[in-house]
Amino acid sequence: MPFEAAWSAQDAFLEALLETDRQAARQVLESARQLDTPAAVLETLVRPVLERIGNRWETGELALSQVYMSGRICEELIDTLQPDQGGHCAGSEPRVAIGVIEDHHALGKRVVLSFLRAAGVKVRDYGCGLSVDELVVRSRADRTLVLLVSALMLRSAMRIKDLVAALRNAELPVKVVAGGAPFVFDRRLAEAVGADAVGYNASDALAIVRRLLGGES
Amino acid sequence: MTVTTTSMERVLTTLGHKEPDRVPLFLLLTLHGAKETGLPIREYFSSARNVVEGQLRLRARYGHDCYNSFFYAAIEMEAWGCETRFFDDGPPNSGPPIVSRACQIPGLLPPRVRECSRLQEVLRAISGLSERSAGEVPVIGVVMSPYSLPVMQLGFERYLDWQIEAPDAMDRLWRINEEFCVEWANAQLQAGATAVCYFDPLASPTITAPEVYRRTGWRFAKRCLARIAGPTATHLASGRCLPVIGDLAGTGTAAIGVSAIEDLSEVKRACAGRLTVIGNLNGIEMRRWTPAEAEAVVKEAIAGAASGGGFILSDNHGEIPWQVSDDTLMAISEAVRRWGEYPLRCRNE
Repeated sequence: MPFEAAWSAQDAFLEALLETDRQAARQVLESARQLDTPAAVLETLVRPVLERIGNRWETGELALSQVYMSGRICEELIDTLQPDQGGHCAGSEPRVAIGVIEDHHALGKRVVLSFLRAAGVKVRDYGCGLSVDELVVRSRADRTLVLLVSALMLRSAMRIKDLVAALRNAELPVKVVAGGAPFVFDRRLAEAVGADAVGYNASDALAIVRRLLGGES
Repeated sequence: MTVTTTSMERVLTTLGHKEPDRVPLFLLLTLHGAKETGLPIREYFSSARNVVEGQLRLRARYGHDCYNSFFYAAIEMEAWGCETRFFDDGPPNSGPPIVSRACQIPGLLPPRVRECSRLQEVLRAISGLSERSAGEVPVIGVVMSPYSLPVMQLGFERYLDWQIEAPDAMDRLWRINEEFCVEWANAQLQAGATAVCYFDPLASPTITAPEVYRRTGWRFAKRCLARIAGPTATHLASGRCLPVIGDLAGTGTAAIGVSAIEDLSEVKRACAGRLTVIGNLNGIEMRRWTPAEAEAVVKEAIAGAASGGGFILSDNHGEIPWQVSDDTLMAISEAVRRWGEYPLRCRNE
């Protein structure tokens, strides 16, 4: 797709998502699909728009509710875009997983999950309220390479330190990506708990996962 | 003869947008009362007597300017029949949501405060603190707003989904919660609370787009605050406030709790003469501050927002985390005394 056309489609897609207009978003996506492969549409339309949305939340221009609904709509549309090779439900086994550690505040995890799946990344959802032991057992069983760990409360965010130690102790090659409000409010917290990376908004997760997997998603 | 200003006088003066003897300090401590009394968190909150004792000891130690009667947010959900999950080193959380289908909402009835034993325990704590304060120390009550409490009743995803998919049900739910909120706030005032903190994180543009808030949560805030028979402060629980400051002022609230992620001077300018600013020490970073860092942060906040009154130094979330040390709290308290006396020695406005 030519640059100008891609940019115009991005604007239209962004506007449709922020207006929670599923029909308009679907039309933009289908128009793009007429011109490109599903993979190219993900790369030139969906992923850049989600990145813009995530970044605009971090700077205070957008609300979390808009980020959440955008992710939800994208996730729904992607399943129709490429039903035979769609993001999270087909192809090779996922090597990326996400869960909420010792905490039941699930919205942050849900948003990141939607963003990743909408961008074509296969992700296992480990759920909420997970103990360190549960995360280690599941990571081993699934041969997880990148584990995104969400936490809203400071006490659960600090538990990531125990998780990192347990994973290293078990000699599992898992990269731990931390995220959630405590990490936004203290930019040194991720280092303090020994996380391999930290995301400050949902779209950060896209770049981090891609980097940690070395291009494989 | 030395005339001593009480905490109540100090706070009322700053709420009147005038300079008292020094910047008031609200250390909004809850869990630290358990540490102070040597009790596990669950046991501590089981009795009003413990909370009164904890608050008295904390104020005796740090000399701040309020008693905080807040137990934990999930206690309101206990009134709705929800269970609470307790932890050894953090605030209790609300258990699973009580509503999973929109068709359940019309059948919900707001709980009556007099019939909820746990809410009565909070009222006993307020009465005890009020008695001990003898009018010299503000006793802060807390309610969850009817716009924000449904996050615990439904779960956050359903809350956001249903605003799109079932707006009539959501409006009904907010109305049901409005009745509970007003009754609960007025019960706290009758028990002796000086003011009520209207805790409304969903009002923040961090969570809700301002144009959506104006046609939803703002209407409920305006109605609720008009029906609450005493002064109120609105807290956004670390969320941004700048885009909705005018709206918040229009609800009739006297003060707002503001975030560490916004420029405090800018917030103060936007609030000037309309709202007292409460904030904005970063509670998450606070756990690793040295005493020198705590002093520097306090000094910067005072320099940025305290001139002319209308400012209460506090944390930015409305609750200081368990992980914050006594030394840090003491350093904050001492720094306010060192740098917060009027006329200010530090100001950059």
